[in-house]
Amino acid sequence: MRHADVVVIGGGPAGLAAAIAARQGADRSVLVIERDVKLDGILNQCIHNGFGLITFNEELTGPEYAARFEQRAREAGVDFLLDSMVLDISNDRVVTCVSAGHGLVQVQAGAVVLAMGCRERPRGALNIPGFRPAGVYTAGTAQRLVNIEGLMPGREVVILGSGDIGLIMARRMTLEGAHVACVAELMPFSGGLKRNIVQCLDDFQIPLLLSHTVTRVEGEKRVEAVWVSEVDEHLRPIPGTEVRYPCDTLLLSVGLLPENELSRQAGVELSRVTRGPVVNESLETSVPGIFACGNVLHVHDLVDYVSQEAAVAGAHAAAFADAQAAGRELAAAHEVPVEAAGGIRYTVPQSIDPARMPDRLTVRFRVGGVYEHRAVCVYLDGERILRRKRDILVPGQMEQVDLRREDLLAHGTLDKITLTLEEA
Amino acid sequence: MAEKVYDVAIIGAGVSGCSIARELSRRRGSFVVLEREDDVCCGTTKANSAIVHAGYDAMPGSLMARLNVEGSRLMPGLCEELGVDLANIGSLVVCTDPEARPGLDDLLARGEKNGVEGLRIVERDELRAMEPNIADAAVAALYAPTASIVNPFQLNVALAENATTNGVEFRFDCPVGSVRRGQDGLWHLGVPDGEVVAHVVVNAAGVYADGFHNQVSAQKLTITPRRGQYFVLDTTAGTHVRHTIFAQPTRMGKGVLVSPTTAGNLLVGPTAEDIDDKQGTDTTSEGLDEVRRKSAITVKDVPLRETITSFSGLRAHQPGHDFVIGEVEGAPGFVDCAAIESPGLSASPAVGRMVAGIVTDILGLPQNPSFDGHRDAPVNLERLTPAEWADLIARNPAYGRIVCRCRHISEGQIVDAIHAPLGARSLDAVKRRTEACMGRCQAGFCTPKIMEILAREVPGLAMEDVTKCGPGSGFIVGHDKHLAPAGKGGDAR
Repeated sequence: MRHADVVVIGGGPAGLAAAIAARQGADRSVLVIERDVKLDGILNQCIHNGFGLITFNEELTGPEYAARFEQRAREAGVDFLLDSMVLDISNDRVVTCVSAGHGLVQVQAGAVVLAMGCRERPRGALNIPGFRPAGVYTAGTAQRLVNIEGLMPGREVVILGSGDIGLIMARRMTLEGAHVACVAELMPFSGGLKRNIVQCLDDFQIPLLLSHTVTRVEGEKRVEAVWVSEVDEHLRPIPGTEVRYPCDTLLLSVGLLPENELSRQAGVELSRVTRGPVVNESLETSVPGIFACGNVLHVHDLVDYVSQEAAVAGAHAAAFADAQAAGRELAAAHEVPVEAAGGIRYTVPQSIDPARMPDRLTVRFRVGGVYEHRAVCVYLDGERILRRKRDILVPGQMEQVDLRREDLLAHGTLDKITLTLEEA
Repeated sequence: MAEKVYDVAIIGAGVSGCSIARELSRRRGSFVVLEREDDVCCGTTKANSAIVHAGYDAMPGSLMARLNVEGSRLMPGLCEELGVDLANIGSLVVCTDPEARPGLDDLLARGEKNGVEGLRIVERDELRAMEPNIADAAVAALYAPTASIVNPFQLNVALAENATTNGVEFRFDCPVGSVRRGQDGLWHLGVPDGEVVAHVVVNAAGVYADGFHNQVSAQKLTITPRRGQYFVLDTTAGTHVRHTIFAQPTRMGKGVLVSPTTAGNLLVGPTAEDIDDKQGTDTTSEGLDEVRRKSAITVKDVPLRETITSFSGLRAHQPGHDFVIGEVEGAPGFVDCAAIESPGLSASPAVGRMVAGIVTDILGLPQNPSFDGHRDAPVNLERLTPAEWADLIARNPAYGRIVCRCRHISEGQIVDAIHAPLGARSLDAVKRRTEACMGRCQAGFCTPKIMEILAREVPGLAMEDVTKCGPGSGFIVGHDKHLAPAGKGGDAR
């Protein structure tokens, strides 16, 4: 059986950043296993700009951003197994994968980093009534066809869902000669970034219909029309508000789902909110030695934060592997749960061991609705240690606060850390 | 040029038509199957409960009862011979109303009359042990150990492949219009490129069978499309129940079934709505709501949030509620195989035999000594040991390249499906043969890849001409910045 100190599952932005971090500080063997024939994951098809503002202080395209990480990973001496699909991760970290070139390969890993990314929620999961013709695509599938294959999947388009990929594709389809009639969003707010609404819809006069959904798909062989209805406060379509849009294409941008089938097989505990692993401050899952980062952990909106998070996971995976190799037992943890309250849907990590945390620990979170003039507050067992005023918080934008280790240690015995929103 | 005269022309390449075709290929003769769609398995067969019913449901003495019981007895051997997935999981008809409890005994008696083996009533405690997620209100159930689940796509495809290997001709995209008996005593079928002429016509046209029947007979037949809507849940929900769970029919109507599928999903449905449109395979919010509501009658906590798709299918219902099989009076050589609604899939092996028998009697066809009823099962990676899989990859690396991430279907399997007899030409045809696209991402990732493979493997097929399910269902309408005018490519409007 092959051995690697750290095995990273997935060669997208998360996997690459984790691998680079895992190579730092010591000569460990780090292997990235990627199912596609090339690295960089979904960034390959994200040819628009806006990547890297935080990391590089410049606006890069997706492939440009990824290329920088890919080059760093190669320079750092990371090994790659491409065109290889991981089939199984055992809870003692034996990774089994299959490829055309190598057949079935087993790798004993000192530590594993999960970086498989996410997939798009398909139409079927929404139960949109009607026929099932050609012409219904997830936005990402359409993006691949247009940007990689150079092929147009439609000419008259309705988009359901205002996730970022849907917004990006509204502009992309328009630029390539199609007409986008509208973007319908079930919620009273968009799930996408503000900048994408401005640059991809407003600049092209594409209407964003909030509190609307698709209630019917017409066309037996190919989409002929879709019906869009307004919804009430319970998100139920309001009879009589239907508008029929003749079109040949329905693009869906209705949510991203972390791809955790392998994690589940390995026995990793998953969060019902994020649909990703439950992790501690080291981004370690419930299975010792298995770490997680990027969109498989929770869905991000900016790749820069993916890279930051993945570097943390990679460094901790390396430390775990070092300890394994040296036969050292890691100190027993005292993990304090982090509670999300007052409109905050979740936090990552979901628990923190003050003794093990770094001097500053970034806690990422999302809110469940639109909140104006609030303060993000952190409590240690009822004692407030942090209060940050925010003009607006929206579900489409990931938020973060930094916790200081000294604050947590100063508190003494600690049972619960709470993140909550309060009136500003 | 003299027109070819077939011995038999079969209208419809569903499971009935293909079962008949395969049975006929045991005889020497010239046989052709005419199908309006681009592939086999495009009508009722592709959208049903995928159940091999035990046979207690149909009225004793009916054709339905006889062929169901006979078909379900033949099914295991047939699936073995053709390499089709079948799982004998048994079924439970669950009673949730103590007052309706005697109805189970009636059903048991009816089943025994029909010749169903092993039927028995299970009481509350045993039922709970058999099905931990059974509804709290369940009082007892009729257990039918012979009931099974089958992969209907595989069965239909395998029957057709084996029939064509044994000499049956298939024509796709070939809708039959007029049917008339000529002066020559032969049947003349109008098809897009002219006529098909045959001594015998078999009408296995599903919901369209009445249209053909009524062209040749004064005794009118009316087929009503009865729509059934379903949810398909992810494999994560596939073990929520272990048997096929039916609701006992009551005054309040028929319930829905909850059943595992051979692919490991959970199937919930169907509704039963009589509609006018013979192409009305659309789902409705009312129908899906009904399924959602009724699923809770027999099974608790059905994890409907794990739904990966919903669909609807049409059963070919006629008012007499029995199969209509036989040579039509006053139309010698025109044989109906009509109104094959549930349990039509279960009965299909017996339907094939019966209709082939009728045709053989009419024509006096001799045995086909070279008939070979065996068909190798396609490669199924899940059934291989690691060593066998490694060996397969060493011989053909394409079996190591995973295309469908959700179901782990390799490029090699997709290529096999394309090059098999009557091979796949569209995305849905690949899907039916390989189960690629049937997973939780519902073809999001693999659509472009399968399009590429189809374009590479099918001579003369360009990537932009690949369809979902035949003419008019194209995926691509043009190239970036060069959209074809409407009507070309995707053929949208």
